[in-house]
Amino acid sequence: MNLYTDPKLKPEEVERLEASPVNSAKVRKPLYEARKKIHPKRASGRFRQFKWLVMLITLGIYYLTPWIRWDRGPFAPDQAVLVDIANRRFYFFFIEIWPQEFFFVAGLLVMAGFGLFLITSAVGRAWCGYTCPQTVWVDLFLVVERAIEGDRNARIKLDSAPWTFDKIWKRVVKHAIWLAIGVATGGAWIFYFADAPTLGFDFVTGQAAPIAYMTVAILTATTYVFGGLMREQVCTYMCPWPRIQAAMLDEHSLVVTYNDWRGEPRGRHSKKAAAAGEIQGDCVDCNACVAVCPMGIDIRDGQQLECITCALCIDACDSVMDKIGLERGLIHYATLSEYQDNMALATANGTTAINPRNIRDENGKFSDKIRHFDWRVIFRLRTMIYFGAWSAVGVALLIALLSRDRLELNVLKDRNPQFVVESDGSIRNGYMLKVLNMIPEKRYLTLSIEGLPDATVKIPTVSETEGREFTFEADPDQTVPLKVFVTVPAGKATGESGEFRFILEDKPGHERDVVETSFTAPEVNQ
Amino acid sequence: MAEKHVDEISGVSTTGHEWDGIRELNNPMPRWWVYTFYATILWAIGYCVVYPSIPLLTENTKGTSGFSSRASLTAEMDAAKAAQKATLDKIAATPVGDIAKDKTLLEFAVAGGASAFKNNCAQCHGSGAAGGMGFPNLNDNDWLWGGKVEDIYTTLTHGIRYAGDADTRSSEMPAFADVLQPEQIKQVAAYVVSLTGKPSDTALVEPGKQVFAENCAACHGDNAQGNREFGAPNLADAIWLKVKGEEQIAAQVSHPKHGVMPAWGARLGDATVKQLAVYVHQLGGGEQ
Repeated sequence: MNLYTDPKLKPEEVERLEASPVNSAKVRKPLYEARKKIHPKRASGRFRQFKWLVMLITLGIYYLTPWIRWDRGPFAPDQAVLVDIANRRFYFFFIEIWPQEFFFVAGLLVMAGFGLFLITSAVGRAWCGYTCPQTVWVDLFLVVERAIEGDRNARIKLDSAPWTFDKIWKRVVKHAIWLAIGVATGGAWIFYFADAPTLGFDFVTGQAAPIAYMTVAILTATTYVFGGLMREQVCTYMCPWPRIQAAMLDEHSLVVTYNDWRGEPRGRHSKKAAAAGEIQGDCVDCNACVAVCPMGIDIRDGQQLECITCALCIDACDSVMDKIGLERGLIHYATLSEYQDNMALATANGTTAINPRNIRDENGKFSDKIRHFDWRVIFRLRTMIYFGAWSAVGVALLIALLSRDRLELNVLKDRNPQFVVESDGSIRNGYMLKVLNMIPEKRYLTLSIEGLPDATVKIPTVSETEGREFTFEADPDQTVPLKVFVTVPAGKATGESGEFRFILEDKPGHERDVVETSFTAPEVNQ
Repeated sequence: MAEKHVDEISGVSTTGHEWDGIRELNNPMPRWWVYTFYATILWAIGYCVVYPSIPLLTENTKGTSGFSSRASLTAEMDAAKAAQKATLDKIAATPVGDIAKDKTLLEFAVAGGASAFKNNCAQCHGSGAAGGMGFPNLNDNDWLWGGKVEDIYTTLTHGIRYAGDADTRSSEMPAFADVLQPEQIKQVAAYVVSLTGKPSDTALVEPGKQVFAENCAACHGDNAQGNREFGAPNLADAIWLKVKGEEQIAAQVSHPKHGVMPAWGARLGDATVKQLAVYVHQLGGGEQ
């Protein structure tokens, strides 16, 4: 793209916005000072486009997921994603998780952690700038604010205006829509915990559980307060991630950077300056980057904790560069390493002040010595380690998921009494068996014992007769408790505990679970 | 605190406290912190108005809500009882033998029986119902007065040798010291031991058998298998309730000891006794 041929504006013609950073270190006030409100200007450009798309996808996932149906047969709910706390089941499409399998969720959280490290070390705080719910909802609230009160200047004007009817109705409508978004946010949340259509109907007709209304009320309040009122303060003062990120970033991480090696010395009157023999950088000091910043910072001060790398300043600056016919990328994603090399080039290794002549040739074109981002630095040891850890956890979870049992047997041996002597002198032990039929289908299961050749088994709830193998019915997706008595004839069992196994089988399904347990007899057989 | 001093570096005024030239900055608290603090004060005042809080000389302030933790406990207990009432009524109306046929009733009765057992029965029979010397083990299949759930229910309701209940199960073994010669008692003890084990002197067994047939078989049966009509224990099995070994058997024959169990029917109510019977029956030794 050759942008030199048709500069639409001269640098001095670029509108200079009255914008000053409120969160800059230079003007930082103590915490007891009242917050200075930020009025971000609307930005447009490729990053803004991308952010609209991300917002659409993330909000779409959040609001629509509970309404996806998934047929699991007559004995399980047909909601694709459902956290069924009352029945202690978690459904995710074809996966059903019982409480003792919650480590899958813990594993996903570990993956999310490593994923965050990976993304941050590669492309900086992309999570903060694009997908964090705080960012997405603030963006949504800003859309509403802009639609009702207008863009930055109109909002500033309205803020300082007296309380006229016009101001009052605008404020009322804005806050009403914000609250409505809050209700919708909290409303969508509860649908993850119950059948969405049923709960939706009950909620509207006032029949839902009090906890549902309370959850919606709390999430409405947090959404409204965080997204509408607190905004950037949540990131700056409440969120721990801006503090942790410093450990994730290194000199090869992409961060939103003001390339002062080509921007400085900044100024608006390049011709005049040139005529006066002064050198002039690309930055026309139009403050567009400051005006669009939702965090109220000046990116030209360098990397700072408040920057969530939303990249809107890149869009703002690029559109100005386009107008005055300079290359895009005065503010751009860059790594510290390339920035430092280019800085060394611009200052002749620190021997002079920044001089644009060091980076441009006679025709005003960029020198070949300028370093650009090389995508290969993404694949460095650090990111590979993060990716390795991330995928190792992922593969382990996948293997665990594919090989997990849907039939489980737990054996609790009676401890009080440990054994019972029957009148014929035989020794009886009691066991509490929990049979877990973890699929939403009725199954006929077989329980048998292996070992203790003389022993007989009685399960009063299954059969009146004694034996060594029993078939019983297990309800779909239920735990079947079985009281099992194992009896060894007089003289066949002694003080040493006899080891034996309970074998639970789904013969048609070729599934089985084996539990080894012990048989206790008195020291001296009585 | 003589005059206002402003720190040169930070531009913040100091408190006037100074230690070895070090001054304490007087930074105000963050706003959110101060407002939260004020909110807690307001909350505390509101709490004192609504809830019982301030101790006075004889009692404390009651608060406008009239809250009392004792009353809320009572309310919770009443709610729990009300929730159980339907099932308990059904258990009371169902013959004890039919409770096990209804899965819900059975589960409820076993849980309720286990709880009542720990409160009322564990003192003698042990928390695992395994008994001890003189106190029957309820897990095994040896029953003095019958092991059907109806028998257990009757035993529980009226007790054994319990003076306060006219229908109590009652029987008494005579003291044979007045009837038999010491030699005969030795012989019969040796015979009883020989039924399941080794007597000290095999020569005593034959005359002992004779003594048994003449004096004991009426109650304990010809083969010493016991008789549930009189609660006479089976002497030919592996379970010994009161005594062990020839000497102790001889002592029991001479001067028998008798166990007593209270009648629980009037004390706990029919529904609880039914639950206890069902619980004991399903421990493993119950008979059909």
